[in-house]
Amino acid sequence: MAEVKDSQPLEIQKKEYQKMVQEVQPRPTVGRNVFWAFVVGGLISVLGQLFLNFFQARGLALPEAGAATSTVLVFLAALLTGLGVYDEIAKIAGAGSIVPITGFANSMVAPAMEYRGEGLVLGVGARLFTVAGPVLVFGIVTAWIVAILYYFFR
Amino acid sequence: MKNMIFLKAFLVGGLLCVIAQLLMDLTSHKVTPAHVLVGFVTGGVILSALGLYQPLVNWAGAGATVPLSGFGHLLAQGAIGGVKQKGVLGAFSGGVAATAAGITAAVVFGYLAALAFRPKG
Amino acid sequence: MPAPKKNGLQTVWFQNPPVIISTATIVGSKEGQGPLGHTFDKVVEDNYYGENTWEKAERRMLKEAMQNAIQRASLQPQNVDYLLAGDLLNQIISADFVARDLGIPFIGLYGACSTMYEGLALGAMLIDGGFAEYVLVGVSSHYSTAERQYRYPTEQGTQRPLYASWTVTGAAAAVLAHQGNGPVITHATIGKAVDLGQGDPNNMGAAMAPAAADTMARHLMDTQRQPDYYDLFITGDLGTYGRELALKLMQQKGYDISTRFSDCGVLIYSPGQDAHAGGSGCACAGVVTCGYLMQEIKAGRLKRILGVATGALLSPCSYQQGETIPGIAHAVVIEGR
Repeated sequence: MAEVKDSQPLEIQKKEYQKMVQEVQPRPTVGRNVFWAFVVGGLISVLGQLFLNFFQARGLALPEAGAATSTVLVFLAALLTGLGVYDEIAKIAGAGSIVPITGFANSMVAPAMEYRGEGLVLGVGARLFTVAGPVLVFGIVTAWIVAILYYFFR
Repeated sequence: MKNMIFLKAFLVGGLLCVIAQLLMDLTSHKVTPAHVLVGFVTGGVILSALGLYQPLVNWAGAGATVPLSGFGHLLAQGAIGGVKQKGVLGAFSGGVAATAAGITAAVVFGYLAALAFRPKG
Repeated sequence: MPAPKKNGLQTVWFQNPPVIISTATIVGSKEGQGPLGHTFDKVVEDNYYGENTWEKAERRMLKEAMQNAIQRASLQPQNVDYLLAGDLLNQIISADFVARDLGIPFIGLYGACSTMYEGLALGAMLIDGGFAEYVLVGVSSHYSTAERQYRYPTEQGTQRPLYASWTVTGAAAAVLAHQGNGPVITHATIGKAVDLGQGDPNNMGAAMAPAAADTMARHLMDTQRQPDYYDLFITGDLGTYGRELALKLMQQKGYDISTRFSDCGVLIYSPGQDAHAGGSGCACAGVVTCGYLMQEIKAGRLKRILGVATGALLSPCSYQQGETIPGIAHAVVIEGR
């Protein structure tokens, strides 16, 4: 058992205390979390596939059908976030509702809605990109690097 | 069997989310959902550049394109396609062009939702 | 003697113990549905409380609690010598704006979730020091304002860890007086900021438990009392796991308080309310003390308690820069009279 004594040097106390915290604190329910992440993440993908097939059947080429699918999923996520449903789903689904593009949309709408009181420019406009900003920055920069490497070494 | 694609989409989409869930549950608190999303986009770009993501898309359809790694894949393929068509300039325009619909949808619907709804708390 | 009313290293005692002549509480709907729901003066169902932002709602609750406490003491704002108040929002705006409306000389406090007891301790010092006849102490917190400042916007899809706590929506106020009827404050122990290296902003119980144990042990040493001197040791918002940690730390310091140790954050919600480890926020220690504990003391079911409000001294800036979280705990002895 961890022992934290005032007589110990602070560094030892911190280490011992960390052990004590590990003993006491509840473990995340990984099994349940993983199960629901799998189910919900899978279902959102299936929904995407339904839209994808639908748009292709309506005569769209695959890239366009993909873009249309993203658009619809983003719309649904924005709507569910506005209605206050998306965060309830995520409480159970965790990564299952964070990683799909719907989670990306949720991460834009949620802060934008909450900071509406700070005005349209610095509230809504700026906060839309609280999470989307970093995602776009890292995605675009990495893709640019990949493309430049491709240019030189193809 | 033409409906197999749905099962494949379910499996791959679900498994990608499982990886993210494990990243959040089993690492330190410093790995936030924002870090996971950034990781997935970046990972998608890199796997795509190595030619590993396209086979997954071919096999699982929306199971590979709906998770955010699919967004990274689109960015990478767009940027590389841009270079093929326009040279260096394409590296600057191709990625965002390929993902423009998703980005615009997120900005437009996000903005409108923020105006239309009041958070419940 | 340079400090005749100081006892030991961190404790002060009051020659004429200041009296808590009135208290008032107001809480949100989740708190109203909890096990202590019936002990609060008012339950507000709408988390906007008729305002257009949550910040304004929090402010309105704080103002109402304070006005209520003043009224119950049969006072007018101009009779009150000092207002000691604080909250969790940046630059303590809830307290600031209520102070503007009430027009009482104002000392703004920030002790994170320990602010209620910081106020009670300082208020008692002002009165017993002869600097005030009446002091108004008040605190507030609101789940939605705290959540978006410290963590994520409320509509963002996230999973809260099992050891996370839930910020109490509500406000509490108390009027301290030189004399009058009511429970009295006999001692106060001002805590040190203690940091044993915990850095997870979701796990505030673990960050604050060392401070709570440090202050409780220091109080017992300073006053040369044994734990059984008190009917109850009650911390502010350690939650289920933080309480367990504080209990272990106290044991290792040589004090067994296991039979008489509770936590406001554990009491305020029931396990089925999805609050995980329990309640937190300035209002947690505030409303439980000014509601439930005052009623128990007045009814004679509790005679003498050591209230120890705890605070996690973090900001989004500090934890994003990788700093650990110092905890703070202030203790006040409240006795029935």
